[in-house]
Amino acid sequence: MTGPRRDPDIVRPYVRTGGRVRPRRDVRLESVVIAATGPTNELGPDARQVMGLFAAGRGGLAVADIAAALQMPPSTVRILVSGLMDTGHLASPAPAVSDRPDTDLMQRVLDGLRELV
Amino acid sequence: MDYANWSDPPVTFVPATVTESAKIVVAGGFGVGKTTLISSVSEVAPLRMEEPITIDSVGVDDLRGTPEKTTTTVGMDFGRLHLAGGRLVLYLFGLPGQLRFQPLWEDLAEGALGCLVLADTRDLDACHGALDLLEAQKTPYAVAINTFPNAPTYAETELRQALALHPDTPLTTCDARDRTSSLYALITLTEYLTASRAAASLEPRP
Repeated sequence: MTGPRRDPDIVRPYVRTGGRVRPRRDVRLESVVIAATGPTNELGPDARQVMGLFAAGRGGLAVADIAAALQMPPSTVRILVSGLMDTGHLASPAPAVSDRPDTDLMQRVLDGLRELV
Repeated sequence: MDYANWSDPPVTFVPATVTESAKIVVAGGFGVGKTTLISSVSEVAPLRMEEPITIDSVGVDDLRGTPEKTTTTVGMDFGRLHLAGGRLVLYLFGLPGQLRFQPLWEDLAEGALGCLVLADTRDLDACHGALDLLEAQKTPYAVAINTFPNAPTYAETELRQALALHPDTPLTTCDARDRTSSLYALITLTEYLTASRAAASLEPRP
């Protein structure tokens, strides 16, 4: 390893996540979250970094996007995001109400890919 | 700790229209073109996550004083596609197929629609690790031969035999550098996923 870098091994993941080793919610690498309102001053440094990303713009980020941007292990980010959803700092995007086609996710992915070629 | 000097790389937000997400895993041996394929189809520059994992070091390393376990970092490249008028975001994750990365597979495979296994006819054995893991986890997959310019070509029956593919498993070819070709490989996989699930739902329940 060369050059200055935040080595994820310096602090074990369960220390950064307050002892949790698994997320409490079903938070996956591709789960998209958006910022909700809430004071961030009581958060730990890693959670504040996550929330800091959302201050840079509008829209959602997946767990994987956060892990890449902050160079944190995705397993750690899953737990951080789960905790930030518990405290109301992050939320799932609102599900579409009426324009949702009557097909399941797999079919919508297939239809979407076919539109691109 | 002070992160003030830490310059975060720019983040590309998913559009505010996105209401759901899905995931497909792209697997295969080292250098088979996983990241190339992801780069070809992704609408954002591919990103990389790094996960430190602890693995059995028996047969891997001889680290004096650290018997049996060692920690390594596995990089996972990924990209994304915005579908359905920006309502749906499809993430594509690449992961090497080595068996020793199995703990990561479980995280990646959780909730994955399926997996596209890339293979190179110059080294078909390189994707056996990925195929073994997918079989063990019962993750549905399709195989795409990435057509490298100097790679030998074989008849489909030969390839199926060499890879020990189930007759129903789709086998296609693609040029991972080409967006449309790579999209068709993903479509082949997704067609198989929808068709096989539809067939399964018609079977009588035990």
